[in-house]
Amino acid sequence: MSEPAGRAGEQVYDVVLHVNGVLRPASVPARRLLSDCLRHDLRLTGTHVGCEHGVCGACTVLVDGRPMRSCLMFAVSAQGSEITTVEGLGTPDDMHPVQQAFRECHGLQCGFCTPGFLTTIAAFIEENPEPSEEEAREAISGNLCRCTGYQNIVKATLRAAELSRDSPGEST
Amino acid sequence: MKPSPFAYSAPTSLADALSVLAEVGADGKVLAGGQSLVPILNMRLAAPAHIVDINRIPDLGFVRVEDGGVRVGALARHADIEGDDAAYGALPLLRQALRLVAHPVIRNRGTTVGSLAHADPSGEMTAVLALTGGSVELARQGSSRTVFADEFFLAPLESAVEPGELAVSAFFPSPVAMTGTTFVEVARRHGDYAVCGLAAMVTLEQDGTIGQARAAYISVGPTPVVLDLTEAVHGQRAAEADWAAAGQLAQGQVDPEPDIHASADYRRHLVGVLTARALHEAAGRAA
Repeated sequence: MSEPAGRAGEQVYDVVLHVNGVLRPASVPARRLLSDCLRHDLRLTGTHVGCEHGVCGACTVLVDGRPMRSCLMFAVSAQGSEITTVEGLGTPDDMHPVQQAFRECHGLQCGFCTPGFLTTIAAFIEENPEPSEEEAREAISGNLCRCTGYQNIVKATLRAAELSRDSPGEST
Repeated sequence: MKPSPFAYSAPTSLADALSVLAEVGADGKVLAGGQSLVPILNMRLAAPAHIVDINRIPDLGFVRVEDGGVRVGALARHADIEGDDAAYGALPLLRQALRLVAHPVIRNRGTTVGSLAHADPSGEMTAVLALTGGSVELARQGSSRTVFADEFFLAPLESAVEPGELAVSAFFPSPVAMTGTTFVEVARRHGDYAVCGLAAMVTLEQDGTIGQARAAYISVGPTPVVLDLTEAVHGQRAAEADWAAAGQLAQGQVDPEPDIHASADYRRHLVGVLTARALHEAAGRAA
């Protein structure tokens, strides 16, 4: 705990978050959403913020391997958990199978919703390595995309599962 | 779209949590999964002075098959219960309903006990608790009490949890033998709030005729509506029972409100159609 900052009298907490394998300190008020902490305090702007009430899915990150809405969690609650953001999935030279599949299948247009889809699908194909199309559709039903019409995202989901099966151990 | 400032505690034991809740009283709000609470805070529909985050309390995340049913702790996430095969074996209705609770990602964080305490009239698990005759264990500093479903849901978004209390677990009794269950609902989009939905339970007699048919409805009343529809189908054989008659019986006993998603008439129509569909399906699983 340190001196109050920002709004007068609001307590600030010193937290250490485990993000993409790195311990990252931050000083935040209790009400700081995990999404805002990632973006503003830790400068990890890959996590996008759309609706801020859990509907759009753009802010989805992995918490201890499970996809969750970072806009519906407080940074102070996330201490002690392992968080994976889209930055932790892969790099341009070494893409995660989901990222590779999105590129191959044209699974994005403007890209705003993409980080949330990538994290959601990365966890989904770990849990279900051979999804049916119907299962793939259900898996992404909590993520909104206003560009693609979803068809190519469904294809990318199935392709990502295929790529993961072909190269086991490469997915996170 | 940011919460108002609040004081924050993250107790690491149940005793500490009850002590904080006793101290802050009506100013306190418990944070478990937060999948209903945090949107409310973000939209500033509520601004509690003190948030008591129970996520650091160990041993509250259990899903336990006990004698006669399934007990789940305050931190058991919907997904934990949905994926628990022993719980499914003891009460298939849990998984049947949980599959319809929001989206998989929300179920990873949201808790079943929290959703009961939230008492949203469209919350699937409220109907499951009501239909099974389940109960919620409420603890406060120095005492605890068990509240059964028929006294737990008081009004929309209002449960029997009082200031200073924590809902520590919920118990869902298993049905008797020869009982089948299902949960069906209609929503505008998969994962959205149901326009109308119901948990159904049909029990057969030894000779295969229908002994009992009951259902609990969401989104058609201020709290889950439990109806005994046995008289419409009693003694009939499951394969040729007059499920439509049970649907009509149910329609006459609900009084839904209209909103921007559906008119009252449409909801009543759905009660008829979905009742027939659900009871038929439940009966098929009862044998």
